[in-house]
Amino acid sequence: MRRKIQAVLKQIICIAMSIVVIAPFYMVFINSFKTKTEAARMSLSLPTEWLFSNYLEVIEKGRLVQGFVNSLTYALVATTVGVVSCAMGAFVMCRKRTKLNNFLYYFVLCGLFFPVNYVTLVKVLNVAGLANTKLGIIVAFTSAMIPFCIFTIRNFITSLPVELDEAAVIDGAGPVTMFFKIIVPMLKPTLVTCFILQFMGIWSDFLTPLYLSNKSSMFPMTIAVYQFFGKNKSYWNYIFADIMLTCLPVVIVYLLGQRYIVGGMTSGAVKE
Amino acid sequence: MNKKRIYPQWFLIVPLVLYILFFLTPSILGVFYSFTDWNARSLGETNFVGLQNYIEIFTSNKNYTSGIFNTLKFTVVSNIVKLIPALFIAIMLQEGLKGKNVYRTILYLPSILPFLIIGLTFKSIFNYNTGLLNSFLDALHLGFLKQKWLSDLGMVWKSIFGVDAWRGIGYVMTIFLAGLNTIPKSYYEAAEIDGANFWQRVRHITLPMLSGAIMINLVFGLTYGLKVFDIVYVLTNGGPGHATEVITTYAYQFYSTGQYGMSTALNSILLVITAVIGVVVVKVMSRQEVQQ
Repeated sequence: MRRKIQAVLKQIICIAMSIVVIAPFYMVFINSFKTKTEAARMSLSLPTEWLFSNYLEVIEKGRLVQGFVNSLTYALVATTVGVVSCAMGAFVMCRKRTKLNNFLYYFVLCGLFFPVNYVTLVKVLNVAGLANTKLGIIVAFTSAMIPFCIFTIRNFITSLPVELDEAAVIDGAGPVTMFFKIIVPMLKPTLVTCFILQFMGIWSDFLTPLYLSNKSSMFPMTIAVYQFFGKNKSYWNYIFADIMLTCLPVVIVYLLGQRYIVGGMTSGAVKE
Repeated sequence: MNKKRIYPQWFLIVPLVLYILFFLTPSILGVFYSFTDWNARSLGETNFVGLQNYIEIFTSNKNYTSGIFNTLKFTVVSNIVKLIPALFIAIMLQEGLKGKNVYRTILYLPSILPFLIIGLTFKSIFNYNTGLLNSFLDALHLGFLKQKWLSDLGMVWKSIFGVDAWRGIGYVMTIFLAGLNTIPKSYYEAAEIDGANFWQRVRHITLPMLSGAIMINLVFGLTYGLKVFDIVYVLTNGGPGHATEVITTYAYQFYSTGQYGMSTALNSILLVITAVIGVVVVKVMSRQEVQQ
């Protein structure tokens, strides 16, 4: 009897928490279809008239297509380069544990904690001729993810048997072929985790493009939304539609890749 | 077996070069420039000014020190507000609750969303006249609890902590759940037979066995808290007045007004704080690695 009451109580608590999480989403969703005056009331009631046109308006006025393409470019290119190069680096760091490589590993690991100094990063990009370019932003994103990726991937490689590498080389494969044909397939779970987490991180990032992009053709979705909000503070229907469109890609990636996210993120916690 | 042939050192080049050039170099340069008067007006001409920027930060009447204090306050409080509830929610879910996976998916959802989006959404929810929160209190006839959530000096930090917890609890909880999964059920059964109550079981079994998960959460939480920017910038932009200014918002202000030297000085203070924590954590991790 006591256990039953406990179970019911727990369900009530969990449902209450879920409502607290979902209510804001619902409010944003339902109000994104309303007229300006109706949306300003921000109520949870259904719209008197469903205005799907809000979305078209906001895509046009908020320069969302440009923002979407930019965000996708930054996230895809930076993440692919970052994850592949970190996999190669982590592989050698893990397998060839010379003094130098061990030092380099902890040297890179320090970057997990350091804040990025954007002011001087702009200067460095300037010297490299990359300031105010999309490539500059991509380079900044890739560099910032290196400590996390090296750490996560190296952790995973320690669990793979060394004999496989040796067998492959005896069969006459060179290191590059061996790495991409034999090691990469085995690393798939951790590579997917890194890819998804970093992709979502870049998609959500606000600070990096705030410092590094000064013309609207470079703005990712987050900055485009913020600018739109600044100009249309009273048009909550448009702002809510804008919010929905920015969330949608990450929510889809999350629901599809949930298994990898949770598994990879927590590997450190379970390893003990 | 010839290790040089299977594991070529050049595999390291790309990540190392990128890391050194575009992550480490800016940090080191930042420390250097924090001792100069580098700014937007002095084109190319920067002078060494010693500790002047730091003296300005710590002694000027503009209260930059409150930004440093606020960053530390955010780091400590936001972690406490998330870690403790998340631990109990995780324990509750772990003890075989129907719909556990659905709840986990829902509770984790906010932590994947852009801060910007969360900030804008809560700006509307906190609206005094029409926002969801005050309307909800009205509907429950609890109108006396209504607040100016983001403009009242006594309330604004609580609102920020609330939004941060709304976003982060699911994330912390997920890491705790993974840790809880590794504790054998038999431990609890044995404890129950011995007559241990809930609190005793938490204290003597759960907490010690969860040390790995707690460590991960603390590391992520501390570094996240010290670098906090987006949520404050979008929700309050440092206001009302300068009440919610943190290190990073001041640093951005200096950057946008062209006082680069001051901006890098603030960043360097943040660097020192995080470096101290980082060194401790890396030491602990390298010791564990040796033991394995």
